[in-house]
Order: sequence, then structure tokens, then C-alpha cells
Amino acid sequence: MSAVTTTRDAGSGLAPATMVVRSWKAPIAFAIFTVLGLVLFVLLARGGETTFRLSDARDAIILPSIVLPVDATGIVAVVLLAAAAIWAFLLVRDGRRVPLWLTSVFAVIFLVSFLTWAAAGSTLPLVGLLAGALTVSTPLIFGSLGGVISERVGVVNIAIEGQLLAGAFTAALVATVTGSAWAGLVAAMVAGAAVSAVLATFAIKYLVDQVIVGVVLNVLVVGLTSFLYSTVMTGDPDLFNKPARFERLPIPLLSDIPVIGPILFNQSLIVYAMFALVPLVWFGLFKTRWGLRLRAVGEHPKAADTVGIKVRPTRFWNVLLAGVIVGGGGAFFTLVAIGSFTKEMTNGAGFIALAAVIFGQWNPIKATLAALLFGFATNLQSTLSIVGSPVPSEFMLMLPYIVTIFAVAGLVGYSRPPAASGKPYVKA
Amino acid sequence: MSSTNPTPTATGQEPGSTTPAVDEVAPPSRGQQVLKEIFGGSAAISVLAVVLALIAGGILIVMTDEAVAEASGYFFSRPGDTFTAIFAAVGGAYEALFRGSIINLRADDFGSAIRPFMNTLANATPLSAAGLGVALAFRVGLFNIGGRGQMLIAAAAAGYVGAYIPMPPVLHLVVALIVGLIGGALWGGLVGLLKARTGAHEVIVTIMLNYIAFYLVSFLLRTPGALQAPGQNNPKSGPMLETAVFPKLFGDQYNVNLGFVLVVLATIYVWYLLNRSAMGFRFRAVGENPNAARVAGIKVERVYVQVMLIAGALVGLAGVYQVLGNFTGGFASGLDASIGVDAITVALLGRSKPWGVFFAGILFGALKAGSYTMQASEGIPVDIVLVVQSFIVLFIAAPPLVRSIFRLPTPDPLFQWRKPMLARKAEVTK
Repeated sequence: MSAVTTTRDAGSGLAPATMVVRSWKAPIAFAIFTVLGLVLFVLLARGGETTFRLSDARDAIILPSIVLPVDATGIVAVVLLAAAAIWAFLLVRDGRRVPLWLTSVFAVIFLVSFLTWAAAGSTLPLVGLLAGALTVSTPLIFGSLGGVISERVGVVNIAIEGQLLAGAFTAALVATVTGSAWAGLVAAMVAGAAVSAVLATFAIKYLVDQVIVGVVLNVLVVGLTSFLYSTVMTGDPDLFNKPARFERLPIPLLSDIPVIGPILFNQSLIVYAMFALVPLVWFGLFKTRWGLRLRAVGEHPKAADTVGIKVRPTRFWNVLLAGVIVGGGGAFFTLVAIGSFTKEMTNGAGFIALAAVIFGQWNPIKATLAALLFGFATNLQSTLSIVGSPVPSEFMLMLPYIVTIFAVAGLVGYSRPPAASGKPYVKA
Repeated sequence: MSSTNPTPTATGQEPGSTTPAVDEVAPPSRGQQVLKEIFGGSAAISVLAVVLALIAGGILIVMTDEAVAEASGYFFSRPGDTFTAIFAAVGGAYEALFRGSIINLRADDFGSAIRPFMNTLANATPLSAAGLGVALAFRVGLFNIGGRGQMLIAAAAAGYVGAYIPMPPVLHLVVALIVGLIGGALWGGLVGLLKARTGAHEVIVTIMLNYIAFYLVSFLLRTPGALQAPGQNNPKSGPMLETAVFPKLFGDQYNVNLGFVLVVLATIYVWYLLNRSAMGFRFRAVGENPNAARVAGIKVERVYVQVMLIAGALVGLAGVYQVLGNFTGGFASGLDASIGVDAITVALLGRSKPWGVFFAGILFGALKAGSYTMQASEGIPVDIVLVVQSFIVLFIAAPPLVRSIFRLPTPDPLFQWRKPMLARKAEVTK
């Protein structure tokens, strides 16, 4: 794939700046999805109608449900998708880039027609679907933010899973014992930071391979939490595993907006914190001195060292910060979503978060979007299995992982980790 | 340190040590050298790491033991009680561990007294096999975290042949085994191929493939006509046919079966491959320095594919063992029993040497076998094994840490036969 190499060269500044870079990935991807749409929506048409329910009976403003005829929607969608694919093809041929909005529109059209097709003959509660997706995504987003910070500063964080699990466990334990969800949240952050501290110490001080430490830390946290769960928590659940929870805090007025109100503005404190954290991390990374130093250390530690940035402390404290964020996200499991700790309850969320970091190109905003996408796919799977869809749920669950493999293989998007990520720095 | 080498860690020195002033220091006497090698070398580190990990596990046991908690309530009036309780808790736990993994001195006859050791060998079989697969990839500088996926695919392939395709005795077993190994090899080889063709990082790819394999096998296990037992609703396969089951080696009272022989053979094969064959030489060359290997004319990309094929087959052996030797009554999607992850710790403990991995597998097999006795007789959850395992690896991975705990001498870098498990050298990424 020659287009890939030219893109990379241009990116690293080796190629002349005037070179026209043609990336055929977007049109090819569009074409594949159009063909997929043609096969599913037209050739395997299911007939009937799909109802999208927009409002609950309890909502202040009730919107009527949208009813889409399945076959007609499919045909219209395929035509639109084909038009978008052709347009993208023409754009690339002229040496221009496919704009992000076109990709977004393409994705939305495909998604709507897929939902219509998959749920043919039944009703989809749109608000519930999206709100559920946000719930599934929240720990993923915290995890991927921590992952982004950690990798940007040059320490590969495979231990996101362990940090989430440690956060979830500690939050449950402390919130139960103290009776305060706040104390639980703080404890979760400390627990995440503790996992990070081990990772950072071994990776930065003892120069152990970061992937090894990450993998082992995951095992260690699973072992410790499961051991303590079996010995301490199951002995007296009321005393140790019945945490005070963060309740939903509907924001007045905003939470009454149809569709988006109940999804975005009727959430718990941790979710609101996440809304603030995503732009904050983005701003911090790309617009502040802290972020510049952090990225410098992750891209070229020697250069950073030369201009007087202390590489190892910068790495240590930022990995710790990443642990605080991920640990706080882990508290979401026990203090908001589920309400008690169970063995290995994170169930691979840390690895999906890792996938989101990579698919999101080590950018907090894009990683958040990737996490939302993965959360949506996971939640859609459970919704569709209730409605009875023709797609086996396992294939929906596989989606994040397949997408990530495509991403790291360079088939979709463009995957380049921070240059010094995973490499310890020793002053010569 | 030369300025062309951006990460001096690649030279395998101790962190923090400055450039070894080789010619300024008088060479130590031979006797001193040997002592340093024994106490500072990797074998001592391995033993001490196990000791430290067992101590850490003991602390955890003490902390959660009710008798200790009770006695410590009146610690200042009668401190002796607390210590008695501590010794009772830890002693009881590790006595149970020993009784469940090595030899049961309470048994009536010799046959049942050594049954725990046989259980250890049975538990060690898949651990050693998968550990070999991880270790082999390590030697090429690849991180095979995909044990779970490779095991699942191999198990599904071997299980399908073993349960649903009747064949004459012997032949059936051989075909099922080979099909399973091929399954694992392909799932592993896919990683090598992606790495070779696109440069995709194998850690990410293997992690993702683990989940893909898990959902794929889950799907097959609940699909009638694929792996699901006919006439059942559970996501579980049918039982293996008699002709495909690994025969027991020492009669029905022990669990050790043909799988153990296969693992010994696999160990010999990996030893031969790495130390005596041209392919193994290329593997090690790429593992030491892919750029130098490339300059020397070794096709690095081809090596990546080759090693992942073989590694996948070795891990696949563990998967085949699980279905044809362990869960012969039918398997579910949890058949890997976290062996895929344990294999990483086994490979690290064995320092990626074939026989080291083999014995590391036996040690972890012993921990596993003993942990069930610990749970049954002392009420200590089996999860303690995970904690001990991960502590062992953490300590082993950081020799300077263990040395500083025990105040051991730092071995002379020039005479250090085995390098500490430092981070891999910088890969040239553009």
C-alpha cells in the first residue's frame, strides 16, 4: 500500500511539503461499507417497519416515535452511501482529503439503516440505547484518558484493566466502610495511582519491560481483589460490599430537553466529571506547558532532557496522574453502575480502553469518540439480542477488537504511537 | 556510552551504573567471580524471588486470617497469641500447599501419597506447553500475549475433530492433535503475518485476537452443528470420543496422561530448535538485534511469521491438552482457565530457556495443585496463587530490586551470563 508510506513520510517531514498525498483508505472503506449495506439491506431485506422511540412516557416533552419502513430505508441508504463513496473517490482523485463531516454523515447513515434493518419489526428505545451506551462507555473513557496520558509521556500502560479493577474494588470497600461515596471515589483514585506507582517504579527505575509489568500487574490486581473479595467481602457483604452510591443529579431544564436531556444531563457526578475531564485533558495536552513537556518526553526524551526537562520525574508523576484518572473511572462500576463489587467485574473493559487509545490515535478527544463507539457497539449488542436481531451478538462484541486490529495494521485510519512510548530513558 | 545508541539499556547493564570502566578495574579473582555469579546471578535471583513471593503471600494470608485478627485484638496483653496465630495460619497454609502439590504424608499408602505430585504434573502440562510458546516468541523479541486466543482456537479445532468425527483409535488422536496444533499455529501465525506485513505491534494484535477468539469460540459453542453438543442448550461441546482422549500414563488413579510426554518432547524440540538448528540461530539473531540480523541477510519478516506459527502451535498444544486430556467430557469457552496469561509468567520465570520454562511450569503447576488443597482445608481462596505468581514475576523482572532487598553483590556485567530482563532495545520506528 504505497499511499501509506507516502503519508508517513510526509508526516515525519522528510518529504517535500508540496507533495500531494493521496490516501485511498477512506474511499475504499466507504466502498466496502456500501457493498456491505447493499448485501444486508437490499439483498437480505427483512421487510416490515422499525419504530424508534424517542421519549419515555415520564418525559416533560414527549416526541412522537419515528417509524421507518425497513426495505425503503435500506434502498435509500444504499443510494446515499454509494453517492458518498463516489464523491470521496472523486475528492481523493483530485488530491483533496475526505472531510471529516462526510465520514461522520456516512457513518450515521450506515448506522441508522443498520439499526432499522437489524431491529426490523420491533421498537428500539433510542434514548435507552444511547444512555446505556454512555454508561458502558464511561469507564472506557476514563481508561482511555489515562492510557493517552501514560503513553504520551512514554510509558505503555497495559495495566488499565488492573487500575480499573483496583479502583472498583477500593471504591466499594471504602465507600461501604465509611458510608461516603466521596471517600470511595478518592480511595479509588489512590488505588489507581498505587497500581501506576508500581508500573512507573518498575518501568522507570528498574527499567523492566513495560508490557511485562503491565501484564503482571493485571494478574496481580485480579489475584488481590479476588482474594480479598473471597475472604473479606463475601464474609459480610453488608459491612464491606454495599457502598454508598452516587445518585443521579438531573440538571434543571437541560435534563428536560428531548432525547439528549435524559442521556447527557441526568447522570451521576462521575459522568459529569468525565464531561469536564475530556476537554480538560485535551487542552492540557495540546495547549499548556505541562502538555508540551509531557509530549516532548514521550516523543524524544533526549531532546527534552537537553532543554532541561527532567524526563524520569515527568514520566513518574504523569503515569501516577493517569492512574488517578483510571482509578476514578473504576469507581464508576461500584459507585454508580452496579453498586457492589464482584470478581473480575471489569471484564476486559481495560483492554477495550487500550483499543480506544490506539484507535483514537493517542488523542484524548478521538480516544473518547472511539470509546463511545465501542461502548455503543457493546450496548447495541445487548439491546439487539433482546429485540432478536439476525446478527449473532458475539460478532457485535468482537467489533472493537477487529476495528483495532485494522487500525494498528494501518488499514483504517493512521496509527503512530508516541515515538518513545515503551522505551525507558537512561541518561548516557 | 556512544551517542549513536539512544537507549543504553540495550547493553544489558544494571540501571544507574555508569559505563563499565573495564580496563581501569583489576579483574577479580576466579573464586570471587564464582561467588558473585552464584549470589548475584539469575538462578539465585529466581530462588529468592520465589521466597519473597511466598513471604508476600504469607503476609496476605495473615492479614485476612480471623484467628490472627482475634489474637491481635489483645496483642499488648498477650503478644504470644498473635504470633502463634500467625504461625498457625501461614504454616497451615503452606503445609496444605505442600500436601496438595508434592506428597501427602497423611495418606495410607505410597500410591495415594504421591497423587498430589501427579496432580502437579497434570496441572503443569498445559502451563509448560503454553509457556514454551510464549518463551519462543520472547527469544525473537516478540511478546506473545495471545496465549488465550491460540489455546481457544486450537482447542476448538481439536475438540471438533475429537468429539464429532469418528475415526479408528490412534489415528483419531493423532489427527485431532495435528488439527489442533494447526489451529493454534494459524492463529499465532496471523500475528506474525500482521507484524511482518504492516508492522502492527504484536502486543496489541494478540490482545485483540484473544477476545476475537473468545467470542468466536463462544459463538461456535452455542451454534448447533458447530461445536455445541447435539440436543443441548448449554454453550458446551459434546464429550470427546474415547478414541481421541489422551491415554493415562500411570493408570486411572493419576491424572498424568500422554500430554505430559508431548510437553517433554516439545521442550526437547524447542531446545533443539533454539540451540542446534539454523532456524533457531536466525530466531536468536533477530531477537538480539533485528537490524543487525537484517544486515546479515536474515529475512526478519519471515522469521516473525515462522516463530509465531511455531509459538502458536506450542500454545495450541496446551489448548489441545485441555480438551483431549482435561475436559474430556465436553468443554466450554472458559477452557483456557487463564493458562494463556499464566504462560507469560511461566516463560518469564523460566527466563525463556526451554528447560527453565518446563520446570517453571511444574512449579506453577504445583502452586495450582496445592492451592485447591489450601482452599479446601484452610479456607484460603485459590486466587492467592495469582498473587504469588505475579509477585514472583515482578521480583524476577527486576533483579536490582531483589539484590537491594537481600543486599547481594551486583554481578560483573562482563561475566553476566544471563542478562536481566530489561526492556527490549529500541526499535527503529518511522
